Amino acid sequence: MSAFKRDKKEEEDTGGNPYQNLDKTIILQESRYFNETPVNPRKCCHILSKILYLLNQGEKLTTQEATDAFFATTKLFQSKDVMLRRMVYLCIKELSKMAQDVIIVTSSLTKDMTGKEDLYRAAAIRALCSITDNTMLQAIERYMKQAIVDKNPAVSSAALVSALHLSSTAPDLVKRWANEAQEGINSDNAMVSYHALGLAAATRRNDKLSTVKLVTRLSKSSIKSPYALCLLIRLAAQLVEEDDSEASQPYIEFIECCLRHKSEMVIYEAAHAIVNLRKALRDLAPAVSVLQLFCGSSKASLRLAGARTLARLTAKHPTAVAACAVDLENLISDPNRSVATLAVTTLLATGAESSIDRLMKQISSFVSEISDEFKIVVVKAIRRLCTKFPRKHQALASFLAGMLRDEGGLEYKAAIADAIIALVEENPDAKETGLAHLCEFIEDCEHTTLAVRILHLLGREGPKSRQPSRYIRFIYNRVILESGPVRAAAVSAVAQFGAQRPELLPNIKVLLSRCELDDEDEVRDRAILYNAILETGDEQLINDYIINVQKPNPVLLERALRDHIEVRPTEPFDIMAVPAEEVKDTSEDIVEVEVRKPAKVAIEEIYAEQLARVPGIEQLGPLIQTVFPIDLTEPETEYRVRLLKHIYAGHVCLQFECINTLSDQILEEVYVRCEPPQDYEIVTIVPCPKLVYDKPDSVYLLLKFPSAYFDSLGTFVSKLEFVVRDCDPNTGVPDPGEGYADSYPLEDFEIGVCDQIRAKAAAEDWERAWEKAEGCPEAIDTFALPQNDIDEAAKAVCKHLGLPRNAISGEAVKEVRGFAKFRSGAPVLVRARIAPGSGGVTMHLAARSPREDLAQLILAAVG
Amino acid sequence: MVYKKNTMEGSLFEPTLYLVKGMCIMDNDGNRILAKYYDPDILNNTKDQKAFEKNLFNKTHRANAEIIMLDGLTCVYKNNVDLYFYVMGSSHENELILQSVLNALYESVSILLRRNVEKRILLDNLDAVMLAFDEICDGGVILDSDPTSIVSRAALRTEDVPLGEQTVAQVFFNIMNK
Repeated sequence: MSAFKRDKKEEEDTGGNPYQNLDKTIILQESRYFNETPVNPRKCCHILSKILYLLNQGEKLTTQEATDAFFATTKLFQSKDVMLRRMVYLCIKELSKMAQDVIIVTSSLTKDMTGKEDLYRAAAIRALCSITDNTMLQAIERYMKQAIVDKNPAVSSAALVSALHLSSTAPDLVKRWANEAQEGINSDNAMVSYHALGLAAATRRNDKLSTVKLVTRLSKSSIKSPYALCLLIRLAAQLVEEDDSEASQPYIEFIECCLRHKSEMVIYEAAHAIVNLRKALRDLAPAVSVLQLFCGSSKASLRLAGARTLARLTAKHPTAVAACAVDLENLISDPNRSVATLAVTTLLATGAESSIDRLMKQISSFVSEISDEFKIVVVKAIRRLCTKFPRKHQALASFLAGMLRDEGGLEYKAAIADAIIALVEENPDAKETGLAHLCEFIEDCEHTTLAVRILHLLGREGPKSRQPSRYIRFIYNRVILESGPVRAAAVSAVAQFGAQRPELLPNIKVLLSRCELDDEDEVRDRAILYNAILETGDEQLINDYIINVQKPNPVLLERALRDHIEVRPTEPFDIMAVPAEEVKDTSEDIVEVEVRKPAKVAIEEIYAEQLARVPGIEQLGPLIQTVFPIDLTEPETEYRVRLLKHIYAGHVCLQFECINTLSDQILEEVYVRCEPPQDYEIVTIVPCPKLVYDKPDSVYLLLKFPSAYFDSLGTFVSKLEFVVRDCDPNTGVPDPGEGYADSYPLEDFEIGVCDQIRAKAAAEDWERAWEKAEGCPEAIDTFALPQNDIDEAAKAVCKHLGLPRNAISGEAVKEVRGFAKFRSGAPVLVRARIAPGSGGVTMHLAARSPREDLAQLILAAVG
Repeated sequence: MVYKKNTMEGSLFEPTLYLVKGMCIMDNDGNRILAKYYDPDILNNTKDQKAFEKNLFNKTHRANAEIIMLDGLTCVYKNNVDLYFYVMGSSHENELILQSVLNALYESVSILLRRNVEKRILLDNLDAVMLAFDEICDGGVILDSDPTSIVSRAALRTEDVPLGEQTVAQVFFNIMNK
């Protein structure tokens, strides 16, 4: 037996794989063999499979090589061998993407497709449709129509599917085959019926009325194919989603009816549709109980399908999911990782406060057996739980700390640290315990980046605690034991304590002067800098350079520095002008199976590249901000235009992002005629030379702000001007002849105060800053607001001033406090008190700024 | 892309025939034997595909768990001896439909190889397996999911298939040819 095994093994290693170590040039040489007559089908077949195998492994052929191989292959049409012919079709399909002049085989394929041999016909249709271009299509149209209604189901399916592929490039032509397709829906063959329905639905994609007719008719007939039923359920669900009236009731009934189908595929499709409909259904119970049954299935796919769909329900109908808790708990120990993850996260998302302890116990029983990736998902779920049940912080924090002590990679550890950091930031009660856990963790942390982050947090939160000195010991230990970057971070953290807790200052100074002798430059530099700043005792200086240091967005900083070096290398660079990094609040409720990193990119970063097209833009200094885009056209119009306002210190760049939704038109010389308010000065306009179908492109308009702040508020009237040229919708080639000029009005838009300032919610030191600004010019006024509710009113004020929601505080009287920086760099402090008055809401608004006109401007923004 | 269609809006399945994002057969070292990807927007170059396959194989070759969510795709899989069969679909797709495609793929190959689903035998019959691939899925559309009818159109070398497993059409065809 063992000898036999060895034999087999050897065989595998040596001659076992005829496809190992294939060489491209040799095989292409071999394809010359195709020219020999008579053809040896077996041998040629083998060579063809070698070519296909190579292509499938990702080997690249040059156009010449592909064309040669293609033409050699066409020689094989002389053989009558069925297998060989089929392999030839496959090769044609693969090579046609790379080779030239592939339409040469059209006639051979047309012959096969209309011939008597059924085994050729279906495959020939598919091969032909994959090489043909739109001009040739007309010629085979008649054959296609015949093939769609052919008796042979394979031929009919092949024709229908090919037609579907073609409908993306030649929709009008394929529409003419709609009647034939419709006939196919009632076919006895399941696949033909499915493909016919698919094609019929695709040709009606933009015609709602006719889709309604189709679905209504078919939902009453009895379609047998499970695939076709699934598609029909999707179509019906889409109609329900688009129609809020009672008219959609028959579709809902149809979908509910499908819950009783015998195929699991259809049952699941129906249950999924019911659960995900936006419209509130009267009765979710049948669908939920079906999903519940799935959760207990022996097939992993069914369990996943059930658990996943239930998980989607958590946000909308937590009670419905809570009823399935028992079934989900059984899945926690599921051998399938995805199923178990879903079960845990769903349970954590829907569980009541009382069940948490039990759940945590269950999780801890198996947490050591699962992969890091899965653990991260669990950690994230626990993190959400911390926000939901702040009173449970003790149990959750100790659980997280336990996980922190276990083995694990950086990403996993970072996720736990993130969760604890979030806990510390959100919940004042949990602060001390959370920080203690983190302190313990950095004692033995091998990941530099993580240690640095935690040290930073300790520096920020530690001084505010009751016993700050106990953290200093942990931090200073790092200075003694760790590598350079960690020591540097520890020095910064220690300095924070000195800056915020005067009673500790003498001790801190001693620690810092010890660090001045460090081997590492960065550590020494920081220690000396902080010591010197602390020495001055200047509160403003300490605040700006130790406590509240601005962190500019690195990408924009790089760009600003590069522009600065190019344009005026001799002048000093103002780092404050670069937009600071903003903390965006991310809210995610959906239970996800996979760990995904949300792409966090500032909108300024996205457009930085595009803006470089505007001449002279680098002269304007750093970009202050880009305002979130607004639409200047209605949705679903011929041309869609969005406006982005890029604000610079003295200029504004208007980017009109246009999209042409007409496939039979090309717009040329696209230009925006714009009438700005009086004192604006248009510097340059960058028109867009050509706007083709479905490819967004932009027109740029660079304007200079008026010198007086007040004049910068106003309404812009604009319209799009362009030359229209008709083109072939399929190829995009413009028709000969001149185009004609046309224009398209755009909606008016404004530049307001909120576009020109970067506002921040009040920080903790706001009170002090407000008092300090007492000597500055102040603008005060009282307004009556149209809103009835003070909550609403406060939100509206925030929107006008570009402030985030968390600027609002207070209960009976809402107070909005904010700090803003005007584009010119001038700061302004805002305070709004909103109180219910007689018959409405009144607001008392005050703004203080070193520049009086700026304070006035803020008032004008609201007034 | 700025004007990207918001696909997350509403979480219903999309009414389309383009359900299959890819199909793949790997050996027990995670090497690709055959792979096809159908969506021009995802995994559209060999480098990404191989990286994805490596990741997929690492995550699936030990745990025989039928289904996995990976890189935004739902992958159903099945293995036998030294072969791994995968079918990929969007993460927003009916898992049972994908399962039916995997079933069609596995069963057809199994019949083609006369139940000897092993790498060596598969490589000997690679041409027929390629044809089966082509008969199951065309550009992402499920063409057929019935193993017998797929095999009847992929196993054309008559001497390879015993009479008992041939379809009537095939036998008829053979007689006509002789």
